[in-house]
Amino acid sequence: MYAQLVETGAKAVKTLDQMEPQERAFQERINAGIKTEPKDWMPEAYRKTLVRQISQHAHSEYVGMLPEANWITRAPTLKRKAILLAKVQDEAGHALYLYSAVETLGVTRDQTYLDLLSGKAKYSSIFNYPTLTWADIGAIGWLVDGSAIVNQIPLCRCSYGPYARAMVRVCKEESFHQRQGFDIMQALCKGTPEQKAMAQDALNRWWWPSLAMHGPPDELSANSAQSMAWKIKQNSNDELRQRFIDQTAPQIEFLGLALPDADLKWNEARGHYDYGAIDWEEFFNVVNGKGPCNQERLAARNQAWEEGAWFREAMSAYAAKQEQSDMQGAT
Amino acid sequence: MSHKFQYLLRLGDNCLVLSQQLAAWCGHGPALEEDLALTNVALDLLGQARLWLSYAGEVEGRGRDEDALAFGRDGLDFRNLLLVEQPNGHYGNTVARQFLFDAWHRQLLAGLCESSDPRIAEIAQKAVKEVRYHVERSAGLMIALGNGTALSHARMQDAVNMLWPYTNEWFDSDAIDAQCASAGVAPAASSLAAAWRADVETVLGRAGLTTPTYTGHQRGGKLGVHSEHLGRLLTALQFMQRAYPGAQW
Ligand SMILES: [Fe+2]
Ligand SMILES: [Fe+2]
Repeated sequence: MYAQLVETGAKAVKTLDQMEPQERAFQERINAGIKTEPKDWMPEAYRKTLVRQISQHAHSEYVGMLPEANWITRAPTLKRKAILLAKVQDEAGHALYLYSAVETLGVTRDQTYLDLLSGKAKYSSIFNYPTLTWADIGAIGWLVDGSAIVNQIPLCRCSYGPYARAMVRVCKEESFHQRQGFDIMQALCKGTPEQKAMAQDALNRWWWPSLAMHGPPDELSANSAQSMAWKIKQNSNDELRQRFIDQTAPQIEFLGLALPDADLKWNEARGHYDYGAIDWEEFFNVVNGKGPCNQERLAARNQAWEEGAWFREAMSAYAAKQEQSDMQGAT
Repeated sequence: MSHKFQYLLRLGDNCLVLSQQLAAWCGHGPALEEDLALTNVALDLLGQARLWLSYAGEVEGRGRDEDALAFGRDGLDFRNLLLVEQPNGHYGNTVARQFLFDAWHRQLLAGLCESSDPRIAEIAQKAVKEVRYHVERSAGLMIALGNGTALSHARMQDAVNMLWPYTNEWFDSDAIDAQCASAGVAPAASSLAAAWRADVETVLGRAGLTTPTYTGHQRGGKLGVHSEHLGRLLTALQFMQRAYPGAQW
């Protein structure tokens, strides 16, 4: 998921009886499935949790442009180039809607963004892996956008109105991305032995990070329980991971690629695929700054920000001058 | 080789090379809004490149499609203007390059809408709608940045000065231009000069920038004599097709 390990400030979830009247009324509206809108009263912890979650999600969309943009200039055909360029542009659009959703909670886009640049705010672990070949572009669309959809479809029913509505729009585009990624993989798998090897290598490298992307098992986490009580989150990380694996394993077989996990097998009794152990140590390393590309990703965002400062300053200075001359014109 | 084929390569290569340059900004622009807007321009130009190059391949009649032309020619066979292959530089360099090009491109496409070749007229009619928006955007940025701060003003004046030498070759007429003009396929190259110059002077004037008084001396792109920048751009553009010849993607 694009927001991992979101802190809610909760040690344990309160029961209705333990709540003050205002908070209780809020929780009852949530329980009844009524959306919270920016002007409605909300507990401070709910607001803060949403700010953390939505801003992490926004940062993930923004940082997530980088690994794919890495291949725009090298796309193998003009058509693939156009599709990839439009896809990365969609991700910029997703980042914008999400930063706007954070603004409805009273935090400006620049404040939110500066937390990313300083390294204080997190973004999804998945974008700290490198794109080494063209097949990685296929694998990202197929597996990463695929994981994002599994995670974001339930978010369309999130209790916070602006986030839920942003997700509806985002999900439509993500499913295009997923199909386009799969289509790249299909072309590779039908191609030369070199192309097929490229596809297999990309699957092998992206598979485990895509599973870890859903976050560690959260049954025991007070943060997850609180997010579920607030209906910010609707499913556990393991449920969503299982859903992703169940939908993706048959696609791997359909492509004719080798399964990237020796333990990946259909379990008739469970009605689900079983899978091998995920390396959570690697996940926590990546989240804590020790992934293959953490430094490059953050450096690229900081570089664009610093090198663009003169441009942004000039645009605001011009807008201010225009406003002034409009006012003088009006008097 | 047919004049029309050569002329279509010029049209297609301008769009292809410039879109490749703009695409390199994606994810690295000075603000998310710029990533979105500049990528729109890159996508429009890429779409136009595909239409021109596909048609060029048909006119040539040797079975080369848009990809064969984009990925299978070396720099000597590229026919784009030198301006579009000049480096992205800082964002102001990119904006200035875009504006100088867009202003010319709009005039050219307006002329091509009247082409005696119906396919060229059709592509131009689609493209000119996009390019009207491009020039509106790049002119707006020139005016804002020219007037914004002392730093932005200085950067934009430098950018214009650096690019100015490349703004005259498009008005030169050679045998290919002359042939296409006399057949009514395209407007005469020199016929676009007055309108372009008037547009540029107006916008630079509103931007508080000085229009250089000399005439650009750099030429050669239309004939395949390029700057050093094109080779590196093609290295990235053509990498996959060169590394995996004949593969389908
Ligand atoms: Fe997205
Ligand atoms: Fe996406």
